[in-house]
Amino acid sequence: MSPSIEARNLTRRFGAFTALDHLNLKVEGSKCVGFLGPNGAGKTTTLKMFTDLIFPSEGEAFINGISVQADRKQALASCGVLIETPEIYGSLTPREALDMVGGLRGMDAPEIRERTDRVLDEVRMTEWADHKIGRFSKGMKQRVNIASTLLSDPMVLLLDEPSTGLDPRGVAEVRDIIRGLKSENRLVFFSSHLLSEVVDVCDEVALLNHGKLLFYDTLANVTGRFLAGATEVSVEFLEPVPDDLARGSIAALPGVQTWTRQDPQRLTLTIAGGPAAKARVLEGLVALHKGLVAFKESRSALEEVYLSQVTDGESA
Amino acid sequence: MSAAPVASAPGAPVEPPRADGVPGTWTQALLLSRYQLRDYLRARRFVLMMAIVAAIGAILTFVLAYFHGAGLTGSSDAFYGSTWGGGVYVVMIFSGIIFGGDAIAGEFQNKTGYFLMGLPIRRTSVYVGKFLAALGASLVAVLFYLAILVGNGAYYMGAGAFPVTLLESFGIALLYLLALLGAVFLFSSMFKNSLYAVLVVAVLFLFGFTIIEELIVALVKIEPWFIIDYARPVIAYPFTSPLPAHVVTSTGPRGGTTTTYNPTYAEGLAILTGYFLITAVAGLFFFEREEFT
Repeated sequence: MSPSIEARNLTRRFGAFTALDHLNLKVEGSKCVGFLGPNGAGKTTTLKMFTDLIFPSEGEAFINGISVQADRKQALASCGVLIETPEIYGSLTPREALDMVGGLRGMDAPEIRERTDRVLDEVRMTEWADHKIGRFSKGMKQRVNIASTLLSDPMVLLLDEPSTGLDPRGVAEVRDIIRGLKSENRLVFFSSHLLSEVVDVCDEVALLNHGKLLFYDTLANVTGRFLAGATEVSVEFLEPVPDDLARGSIAALPGVQTWTRQDPQRLTLTIAGGPAAKARVLEGLVALHKGLVAFKESRSALEEVYLSQVTDGESA
Repeated sequence: MSAAPVASAPGAPVEPPRADGVPGTWTQALLLSRYQLRDYLRARRFVLMMAIVAAIGAILTFVLAYFHGAGLTGSSDAFYGSTWGGGVYVVMIFSGIIFGGDAIAGEFQNKTGYFLMGLPIRRTSVYVGKFLAALGASLVAVLFYLAILVGNGAYYMGAGAFPVTLLESFGIALLYLLALLGAVFLFSSMFKNSLYAVLVVAVLFLFGFTIIEELIVALVKIEPWFIIDYARPVIAYPFTSPLPAHVVTSTGPRGGTTTTYNPTYAEGLAILTGYFLITAVAGLFFFEREEFT
C-alpha cells in the first residue's frame, strides 16, 4: 500500500477563533511535502489533530486510511511523529528511551538494538547514547526525538518544525536526514518556517493561512502558477555599468520591466515572462561583454509565492 | 483558492503492514511503568522521599530509645498499632505527593506527553503505566519505613517483632495507598500545571480532609463516610481489640452531647475501595479528554 494522510473537513475552533477551517487535504505516495504558513496559520493545530493531541471541532484525520479519532493506536502504528520539542524522562538515557519506544511499538529486542544504533548514528548521538537525557541541551534532546521518530522505520512521518532548537550544523543534518528518508517508501509531511529547507527537500508544498488551505501542489506547479508575473533578479558585472547602457541595451532586453542600481557594478532587474524570459535576459547580458559574474534571483521562487499569497492581514 | 490534490471521497481503511505488532493496552502500561519507575528511582525526588522516611524513622527511633518504649514496646500490637497503623499514612501521603502529584499534570506542563502521545498507545496505557510506577516507587518508601519499624521492633521485642497482624495491616495500608494515589491522579489529571496539582493534593491530604471531616461531624452531625481520611484508622484495626464503637455519643458537663464516628472494619475497607475505583475512573476520564494545546 502507498502511505497516505488525509484531512477531511478538519476544523478546530477555540471559542470564537477558528484555528483551522474545514481543511480538506489528501497526500498520498512516497514523497516529501512541506506544510507552510505564517505563525498562527494552523499548521501545528493540524498536526496535533493528526496525532490526537487535540480533538477536532468537526471532521476527521486519517493516516493510511485509518481515522485517528476513531482508533489512534492503529492509525499511529505506522507513523512517526515529532510535534514541537517533546521532553523525554530526564533520568533515562537515549538508549533506554528508544528501548521504551521500541517496546511500545512492538519491536523485538534485536530489532530495537539494531535500529537504535542506526538512528542514533544518523542523528550523531552515538557517543551520548548512555548519558542521562536530563543533562542534554535542547538541540541534543531534539536529536533524540528525531531518532525516536525514525526508530520503527515508519511509512508516514509527521514533523512539526523538526529543526527547532538545532544549531546550523544540526539544521543541515536534519535536512540531509529528511532528504534521505524521502528516497525510501515513505511519506514525509513536515511544517517549516524555513522556505529554503522546503525548496531543498520537498516535492510538494501546502500553504495554510488563517486556518485555510491556500494551495497544495508540486513546487514546479506552484511557482509556475503564481509567478507568471515578474521576478526580481540581481546581476553583477566585473566592470561598472554606465547609466546609458542600463537605460538602453539592458532595459531594452525582452522581458526586462524595470532596473534599479545597487552600486556601480550591480543592478536589480525585474523580469516578466517566467524562466524562458530569464534565460533570454541572461544571454543578452552575457552578450554585452561587461564581465557578468552573477545572475541570481533576489528571492527564491517559493519565497516570492509565499510573500504574494501570505500578507500580514488577509491572504491574497 | 482551490487546492490541487484534494480528496473527494473517503478512502477505504487499509491495514498498515506494521500495525499488528503493537502490544495490547495492558502490556504497554506495564512496559511504560517499568521505564517510568526507573526514572523515579533515579530522580532527586526519590532521594528526597527516602530522606523524609529516614528522618521520620530517625525521630521515631530516638523517641523510643529516649523514653525506653514508654509502654509501646510491651506488645507487638501496641507497638505496630502506634508506629505503623498511626504513622504509615504520613509516608504514603508524602510519596503520593512526590510521585503522583505531577504524574499526569507534568505530561502537559513538561511536554513529556508529546513524546509519549505520538506513539501508538492509548491514553489508558499511559495513565495506568504512570499509576503503577507511582505505586511501585511509593511501595519502596513504605517498605523502607516498615524496615525501620521492624528493626526497632526486633530490638525491643526480639522474635515477636513480625506478627501476622502486621501483614493484615499492610494489606489495608496498600488499599489506602491505592485510594490515595487514585485521588492524587484525579487531581493531577484535572490540572495541566504541576504546581497546582501538587499544592491541591498536599493541602487536602495533609490537613484539608481532616478539617472538612471535623467540620462535617461538628456542624452537620452526619457520619463522614465520603471522606477518605475517615477510613484511615482501619489500617490500625488489626492491632486493635476490641474495635472502637461505631457511634459514640458523650454528654458534656453542661448537658450538650458530642457524637464521634468510627468506621466499622467493613465500612473502612469499602470506603477505601470505593475511593480507589471512583477516583481512578474519574481521573482517567479527565485525562482522556484533556488536550495538549
